[in-house]
This record gives sequence, C-alpha cells and structure tokens, in this order.
Amino acid sequence: DQVLRATAGDEAQLALLRALGEQEELQVDFWRGPTKPGHPTDLRVPFWNLQAIKSFLEANDIPYSVMIEDVQELLNEEKRTMRLSRRLERSMDTFDFSSYHTIEEIYDWMEQLAAEHPSLVTRLQIGESYEKRPLYVLKFSTGGAGRPAIWLDTGIHSREWITQATGVWTANKLATEYGKDPAVTAILDNMDIFFEIVTNPDGFAYTQSTNRMWRKTRSLNAGSSCVGVDPNRNWDAGFGGPGSSGNPCSETYRGAYAHSESEVSSIVDFILRHGNVKAVISIHSYSQMLMYPYGYKTEPAPDHDELDALAAKAVQDLAAVHGTQYTYGSIVDTIYQAAGTTVDWAYDNGIKYSYTFELRDTGRYGFLLPASHIVPTATETWPALLDIMEHVLEHPY
Amino acid sequence: DIDNVGRKYHLKLVLEDIVEKDNIVNCTAEILYHLDNTNAAPDVHFEIEGELKNTEEQDNIFYNRIKSLKKELVAQNIPDSHGNVPPEMEPIRLLAQAAAGYVVWQNSTENTRYELAQIKRVRQVKRSDDYLEFDYMVLLHEFVSQEIIPWQMTVLWHPQHGVKVTQNSRQPKHAEH
Repeated sequence: DQVLRATAGDEAQLALLRALGEQEELQVDFWRGPTKPGHPTDLRVPFWNLQAIKSFLEANDIPYSVMIEDVQELLNEEKRTMRLSRRLERSMDTFDFSSYHTIEEIYDWMEQLAAEHPSLVTRLQIGESYEKRPLYVLKFSTGGAGRPAIWLDTGIHSREWITQATGVWTANKLATEYGKDPAVTAILDNMDIFFEIVTNPDGFAYTQSTNRMWRKTRSLNAGSSCVGVDPNRNWDAGFGGPGSSGNPCSETYRGAYAHSESEVSSIVDFILRHGNVKAVISIHSYSQMLMYPYGYKTEPAPDHDELDALAAKAVQDLAAVHGTQYTYGSIVDTIYQAAGTTVDWAYDNGIKYSYTFELRDTGRYGFLLPASHIVPTATETWPALLDIMEHVLEHPY
Repeated sequence: DIDNVGRKYHLKLVLEDIVEKDNIVNCTAEILYHLDNTNAAPDVHFEIEGELKNTEEQDNIFYNRIKSLKKELVAQNIPDSHGNVPPEMEPIRLLAQAAAGYVVWQNSTENTRYELAQIKRVRQVKRSDDYLEFDYMVLLHEFVSQEIIPWQMTVLWHPQHGVKVTQNSRQPKHAEH
C-alpha cells in the first residue's frame, strides 16, 4: 500500500478527490482529507488499486507524489523499534544474553555478577591492554588457598563475537548453577575457575567502532604503518615457526618477540605466578572444532590419546544438544599449522588439559553470526566444557 | 597424485539446501589441482544424485520485484555487524554467495579455504536487456592466512539463464590498518 499526496488545483478537482473517498469499493482512505484547493490531500491507496488511482489523478491533471512507498514496511519498522525499546527496559534489571554487547556493558555486567554472588565470584584485573584498557578476569572460588585451577578465555580474536557472548552466558551459568548442578558444585568445591571474557579489549572496541573484521591487538608496530599482533601467534611455543607471519601487515603476525603483547604477557604472568593451573581452554570461532596441542609441530603430544578420547566425548555431548557437528583432533591435523598459540604454550608449560574450541558456524555467517545463535551455541558448548572440567577434577596430577 | 599433472581428489558429499534444511542431495565430485600452473583454477567434475529444487516461482518474484524498482538498488553491510539480513536482501545475498562460489573456485589451491564473509556494498546497474546486473564489493575470508580480502564482482542474473560473473578483481586492503 502507498500513501499519495495529491493537491487539487480548483473546486472541481477537489470534488473529484472527495468522490474517491466516497466510493467504498475503491478502499481509498484519507490520512489528510480534501479541504481547500492548493492544500494537500493524503490518501492511502491499497496496492491492488494503485495503478487505477494514479491513472485517474493523471487523467484529471491532479498533481500527486508518493509520500510513503510502502506502508507495511513502516509498520514493521515501528514494531521492531518498539520491541527493541522494551528489551532495553528489561535489560536494566536482567541482562540480555541473546544479544551482542559493548565492552562497557560486559564490564558492568561482570561487576554486577560479582555483586550478586559475593561468596563465589570476584572480578580481578590482571593487567592492561596496549591502549590501557583493564584486562578483567572473573574468579570463581569457594575458598581454599591456591586450589588447582581451570583457565578459560574468550575473545582473544576480537572479531569472533560469538565467543565473548558465549563467555558471558557461561560465566553466568557457572555462577547460577553452583549449589544446584552436582557437576558444577563438585568442580567449584574443589577447584577454582578463572575466566577472561574480553581477552582482547582494544581489538573488540575496534570491531565496534571501525572495522568489524579486526582480529589482532591494536599495538603499533615499529617501522610499519600496519597495526596489531595476532595474540594467538605471540606465545612462546614454537614461536616464529611456520604457521605465523613475520609481516606486521599480516593477520597472523607473531609480534617482534614472544609475549610482546600485554594481553598475552598478563595471562602468562598470571598463570605462572598462580602455579597450580591444571587446564587452559581458549575459545575461538568459527569452524566447529575442538582441538588440543600441537599446532606448531606435527609430532603428537605425549598425552594425545587421553586428550583425543576426552575431545571425542565432549564433541558427542555437544552434538546431543542441537545436532551441531564438530570435528576434533590436534590443531595441526584439524585446522592448520599454527605457531605460538595459547594452548601449545600452556601444554609445554605442564598444563596437560589444554584445549581450543572453534565455535559456530562453518562459514555461512562466519564471524557475523546472528545473535539468535548466541544462546543455542552457549547451551550446546556447556556440556562439552563440563566434560573437560569434570575430567580435570577426576584426574588430578 | 598424478605424475606431472597434479593431485586429484575424489569426493563424496552431501548438498544441503540452506533455505529448506530437509532438502538434501548426494553428490560425487572429482577435483584436480594442477601441478605447475598456479593461475589455473582446479578442474571440477561432479554428478548429482537426483535433481535440485525448482525455484522458478521465487526467482520470478525476485526478478519482477527488482525490475519494478524505480531507483536502482543500493545496499551495504549484508549481513550487518550483528549478523542481520533484512528479508528483502536475502536473495541479494544468495546471489552473492553463488557468484562468490565462482570467484573462490577460480582462486582456490590446495592451501586455501575461502568463505564469503560479508557484502560490503552492492549496487544495481540498469541494463537495457533482460538481465539484472549487480556490482558487488564483498569481503572474502581466507582461512589459512586468516586474511579478509576485498573483492569486486560484476554479476549478471536472469531467472532462466542463471548467474554469470562477468568481471571480478581482488582489491587492495584498506590503509586503515
């Protein structure tokens, strides 16, 4: 349907316009009725009658223009914005897990989570990003001193938005399931969990302000106009090898030296100082894969068989939720050779249970995964994470 | 491996209709990657078991809709940052995916994996003949290098004659590094 604006030039034309409104079968509906010559008349004309009405106006020399090309479109838009503002109101007291958020919103929500679960969750700062943003980690602990711990991170590659969003959901799940879910309760009664959700805040901010496809950190590279280092090639494990680039303009640029990035060194320092981290799970997207070391070499990891069996189980439990199929194996066998990765560093530093996830999808949306996928993705990944964490709990070393 | 020629892969795959998930078709294919000439696209031969879905009706609806637009269609960022695609842009996106498939094929080697990441910009070009013409600027995501590569494609389409990519070229990455 369209809305036309017609202007009658004289009384005769005015009468014609009024007559249009009087003929019920035409279904012409005045949004602004005919009043005086020279004053506009707005008529809503149903789609099926458009041609006839326009011809009528033209034949009678009544000038008109199309004011609204598509009335339905406007109605849809209005409904959309109303739904949006209602959602905004709701999120004032309940966080919307099914949409993507800004850094500020995530950081605020973290504070809120810690405030709502004071005996379980604290928000720690482990360092600062290149651009001086705080690097926050949520600590889940029921006490003890230096208990064996599990490290989780999401968002190390900023464009992988499904990961930060899944991180938020998962952190919330951990907090709310403690004391209810037996597995979560057993894990947290004996171990601590450290969860860094926005592992690359500078990159994340850049994906929101300037370039949605930004992957790396935002550090300036000496002698180059290109910015950033791939934080998943910057770890000291096979650093500099094939599967990373020496070119600052490359998406897989390894950096001038291992741990050059504060986003990486902060984690390294934290984990080494802690001294009792037993698992590192680093979450990426996309491709639907669950992988363990190595990425930098083809030689199988000594714990290959155990890691593989656990991956098989986790992937099976993930698929059971929504049917999402994952492949699994070592990084080098499953995705590609990559040097200087998080999990290879963790493994080579004695952390046996080192895994990396590549979440949904397999390329249809890729990095631009619709928000409607957030909750299903987080929901299906949850049992896989639990499988790994439970295994860590049951196999102390 | 085929001496002095290249490497051939025999594939058995399942094609799944993006729009109608239950619609699946079995397919076998042979891909030959050439040894020397890195500029040659791999040879592809395939066989489909059964038939692909008839989309005549939807094709014609889309065709007529675009033909009756008063102003040439222009759009950006499909999907947007949040993965949203306005419903009326869905066919534009499917068309880009088909066209990008051709571009990817022409540029594939055993060491590449390309996905269409986003349509940065699409502009309809008015034609005097029956074809619809769209000038696309897309972003391809190359998996192994993780690079995002801007690529221009000129795409022709007609409900009866199908998709043609008449022009395509890799674009320089933005200096907004």
